[in-house]
Amino acid sequence: MSILVFIEQRDGKVRSVAREALGEAKRLAASLGGPVTAVCCGASADGLASLGEAGAEKVLTATHEAFARYEGAGYAAAVAAAAKATGAKLVLFAASSIGKDLAPRVAAKLGVGLAADCTSLEAAGGKLVARRPVMAGKAFERVGFPSSPAMATLRPKVFAPSPPESGKSATVEALAFDWDASKPRAVVTGTTGASGGRPDLTESEIIVSGGRGLKGPENFSLVEQLADALGATVGASRAVVDAGWRPHGDQVGQTGKTVSPKLYVAVGISGAIQHLAGMSSSRCIVAINKDPDAPIFKVADYGVVGDLFEVVPALTEAIKKLH
Amino acid sequence: MLQVVCIKQVPDTETRVKVAADGKSLDPMGVTLILNPYDEFAVEQALRVKEQLGAGEVVAISLGGAGVQTTLRTALATGADRAIHLKSDVSAPDALAVAKALADAIRPLEPGIVWLGKQAVDDDGAQVGPMLATLLDRPCVSVVAKFELTGHTAKVEREIEGGREVVEVPLPAVFTTDKGLNEPRYASLKGIMAAKKKPLEERAVDLGPAHLERVAFELPPARKAGRIVGEGSAAIPELLRVLREEAKVL
Repeated sequence: MSILVFIEQRDGKVRSVAREALGEAKRLAASLGGPVTAVCCGASADGLASLGEAGAEKVLTATHEAFARYEGAGYAAAVAAAAKATGAKLVLFAASSIGKDLAPRVAAKLGVGLAADCTSLEAAGGKLVARRPVMAGKAFERVGFPSSPAMATLRPKVFAPSPPESGKSATVEALAFDWDASKPRAVVTGTTGASGGRPDLTESEIIVSGGRGLKGPENFSLVEQLADALGATVGASRAVVDAGWRPHGDQVGQTGKTVSPKLYVAVGISGAIQHLAGMSSSRCIVAINKDPDAPIFKVADYGVVGDLFEVVPALTEAIKKLH
Repeated sequence: MLQVVCIKQVPDTETRVKVAADGKSLDPMGVTLILNPYDEFAVEQALRVKEQLGAGEVVAISLGGAGVQTTLRTALATGADRAIHLKSDVSAPDALAVAKALADAIRPLEPGIVWLGKQAVDDDGAQVGPMLATLLDRPCVSVVAKFELTGHTAKVEREIEGGREVVEVPLPAVFTTDKGLNEPRYASLKGIMAAKKKPLEERAVDLGPAHLERVAFELPPARKAGRIVGEGSAAIPELLRVLREEAKVL
């Protein structure tokens, strides 16, 4: 079963979420058969043969001067052409900001269904079933694909990349595709607030989130210092985002981001149901709260009952000493 | 300029999920239905653009059973000029089926802007906007957090991992809105009264064959019971021990 994987790049580098999607494609190919083809959109096609180490047998490159930055309509034309050219029965993307925008466009072009933000793909009796969270993780649905190719975006940090097969290189071919860049289009002219070292919430291994227990935006420095000591990204509850203490991009929960880090530390967060939905698939949850009856303790693996203004700085110091 | 806002009725975010007897859907008992929170930003931005231009029309469209008319009236009460109800009793239709029905309804309106929330908080698909734009063959920016219109060009910012992309878009175009784009207004009493008299057109739609088939709807696996490791900063040594030795996350 021919599988096509969209390879996401930023600044000319393959992103880790693309290796996760390739890893899952390779795993599925073991039971469904391959080949696994990668499709890359960019301004140049340099250095992509190394995707062989990550699981691709062939790499199709769609190059266009407009592809140095994300170009939704153009990328969609290229990926749809690649799906047709390879006879793909399954097309995979990362559920990243690009994948979430691109995959629906490709699905609309191909006239097929798309399962978004999947957390597992299973092949049972030759039929593919995707499992995906809905309502920010309060429930899961399993969906089948009546149309072909099946399409899915994969939640970051859930699927494992393949162990690199060093020295294995993929064959690289230029992809023929039809796209008219002279039509009116959305043009990315730049980026702001460029990623300053810390990964995005959805791609973080460790998250430290703060809630109303912090009493004011100025006290978020406690959360930031703990996050720095842990190499973590800072999150926030809806209450503090709505109060204007933190930007919306930091919000974890049903009207914010759904996250599944290795370690989630909830500081001064009581645990409203819409917040719990967004973080309860984390591998390990630690809660620090002064109210022993706070709902957050019902989902936490480990709880510390106490005044966060005392516990958090002490925890930060203790973690610094570990290193 | 005519603008279209596509809105959806969804379960309130405080909803506690119960699986219905068919094992494939949400038990609707006791569930409060609301306007999808992300769609509030779409409605608000359409109204702001109309105010900026000093003219135009805002048309709210929703697909679903008879109940969605309540949500359409909410949009009318907030300031939309008229509403179109695409009637369908298909439960949880797939995104492409919805996008096709919306595209058919929207195409003849020739809107300058089509607005949608970035995703519905029930199915979390985030698909209908980019699909609709593709079917309409219009430029599209999803997850818009900032919007500025000058003449026929919009300069917008879109949330990406660790920052924002700045995008320039010629109209007509399709945008999906993120929280933080604006502060949605409340409907005034006058608005609510006026909404009752605004036109709401009903049209039956046939969604055609499904592109995805839901085979199960289930609760997440229960987390195993955790424990309180201690009180105050005295608990820290034990916390660090369990994080390293039991959970192996440090």
